[in-house]
Amino acid sequence: MNRIHKLFENKKDRVLSIYFTAGFPKLEDTLPIMEAIQAGGADIIEVGVPYSDPVADGPTIQDSNMIALENGISLKKIFEQLAGFRDKIHIPVVLMGYLNPIMQYGMEAFCKKCQEVGVDGLILPDLPMQQYIDDYKELFEKYGLVNTFLISPQTSEKRIREIDENTSGFIYMVSSHSITGAKAGISEEQISYFDRVKALNLKNPKLIGFGISDSETFTTASNYSNGAIIGSAFIKVVKDSKNLSEDIQRYIQSVVN
Amino acid sequence: MNEQQMIKVDEKGFYGKFGGAYIPEMLHPNVEELRENYESIMASKEFQDEFRGLLKDYVGRPTPLYFASRLSEKYGAKIYLKREDLCHTGAHKVNNTIGQIILAKKLGKKRIIAETGAGQHGVATATVCALMGMDCTIYMGEIDIARQHPNVERMKILGAQVVPATSGSKTLKDATNEAMRAWINNPVDTHYIIGSVVGPHPYPEMVARFQSVISEEIKWQLKEKEGTENPDLVIACVGGGSNAAGAFYHYYNTPGVRLVAAEAGGLGVNSGKTAATTAKGTPGILHGSKTILMQTEDGQVVEPHSISAGLDYPGIGPVHAHLFDVGRGEFVAVEDKDAMAAGIELSRLEGIIPAIESAHAIYALNLIEYSKDDVIVINLSGRGDKDLDTYIKWGKY
Repeated sequence: MNRIHKLFENKKDRVLSIYFTAGFPKLEDTLPIMEAIQAGGADIIEVGVPYSDPVADGPTIQDSNMIALENGISLKKIFEQLAGFRDKIHIPVVLMGYLNPIMQYGMEAFCKKCQEVGVDGLILPDLPMQQYIDDYKELFEKYGLVNTFLISPQTSEKRIREIDENTSGFIYMVSSHSITGAKAGISEEQISYFDRVKALNLKNPKLIGFGISDSETFTTASNYSNGAIIGSAFIKVVKDSKNLSEDIQRYIQSVVN
Repeated sequence: MNEQQMIKVDEKGFYGKFGGAYIPEMLHPNVEELRENYESIMASKEFQDEFRGLLKDYVGRPTPLYFASRLSEKYGAKIYLKREDLCHTGAHKVNNTIGQIILAKKLGKKRIIAETGAGQHGVATATVCALMGMDCTIYMGEIDIARQHPNVERMKILGAQVVPATSGSKTLKDATNEAMRAWINNPVDTHYIIGSVVGPHPYPEMVARFQSVISEEIKWQLKEKEGTENPDLVIACVGGGSNAAGAFYHYYNTPGVRLVAAEAGGLGVNSGKTAATTAKGTPGILHGSKTILMQTEDGQVVEPHSISAGLDYPGIGPVHAHLFDVGRGEFVAVEDKDAMAAGIELSRLEGIIPAIESAHAIYALNLIEYSKDDVIVINLSGRGDKDLDTYIKWGKY
């Protein structure tokens, strides 16, 4: 059974997913960061695959992408770093990245490699649903990969239901009209959007992302969904850290508790 | 030419293998709203009357199709120049911004955002925003702001806000990223006027259709002058490719008309300092469409180089990728030095100082075969005023 499915079978509430950029702040930090995220008590790890032109991301994640690329990260390198990670990491791991680097690697080769190293799912923000259904769904399923789609406050009910039909891991609820890391806190308007989606009774669990940074926003998000995703705020912790393992664990514990 | 070989966009937004709409879900409602409405709005009499009226009285269309006799004599062919350089604001870009701003109004939008490289599309956008009394924000790479200062001031005089793109390489590619991010952040009341035949479907086709007035006019103008609608060749420069798409549009499916695209060779196709996308690029995804782009083996987008800021883009519009792929278009790479020489040559022979972008199309005459009876139309996409600094620095005149 896919680790993402297993996770949500056992845990319906306060699921915490942490996004970080592979190869940042130092090229070889990828695996140590994953270990610290697990040790801190998060439930899912999202490994960001850096790209030169991340259009859905704000300055924090853009900068981390640039630095990681300057450090020499590549998809090939990420797979090298991930080889054998399942000896240490037992929680679900998702790769998140833009389509172009993956296309250049080769979609089937990429999926095969994901399965080989033990990746459970994918989040590809610029892969539209229809293209996924037409070109990639069969492939992802063949290699046991769960694909996560994003929805935003602008997404229509009809489309949310289509997305719900075509995914089986979790739905990534973008909390506002925003790129990553743009706004802090949760407004009344966002709450009404959370309520609206909650009332749809979707078959998939939902995690809320964008603008989640601390215990308070995590708790609010969790009240309207199955949990939340932290990205930019975590990147900031990592960026300023003198002791990665300690700082990461302390930060995650401060969010969860 | 059978149905399968026709150059046209399919219902999913593809030209052959290229195109589509690879965008984050946050942009889907906006792009979908546009896709669902642009054809019916553009087909309405109300839209057409306003669009055609403004093209005539405000832009100054039709632009002349000018027989360049001294240039013709030198090159041994009958060469016509399609004078887009005489459009208001100095380039063809305004054909598209007029169209899109009327469309934005019909969609009830209140704000306009746009990207710009050299500043020509930014100026054309700021111009129509002033004309329509709409709020205007232009994203421009920090480096381009420094090297295209007069255009930055033109936009400001016209009332636009110019926001520097400080990410990545700080040029056109990053200005486009910033504009897309701004659209994600303001999805409801804002329309994004993309300046070229790039971006997610329906932009490439929509922009091409607004620019297609160029080849529409060439047809009847050439008929008057030569007794035929069809030249033997049409030559245009290609960065993203909007002026080329406009000049080629009504000839896509006329096999007797050769379509020649002049890309920016920069310091040489193999110098590492080039924007010759079809020569150095491979299929991939950039700014929402599948196309040909310059990238590393790992799929990171490579920074292009051209002396002309308007051609300094790492990709090309998907329709051009398709023209290249199926062999319908002939692509040549024109180096910086040759484009500059052609710009000076045209100035001396015809009294027309072209934009350096357009000078690439002039130089293409040296890179292709043709015979002396051939009728050649070169799309002179813009005038050289904006490039005076570059000409002066170049100095060889």
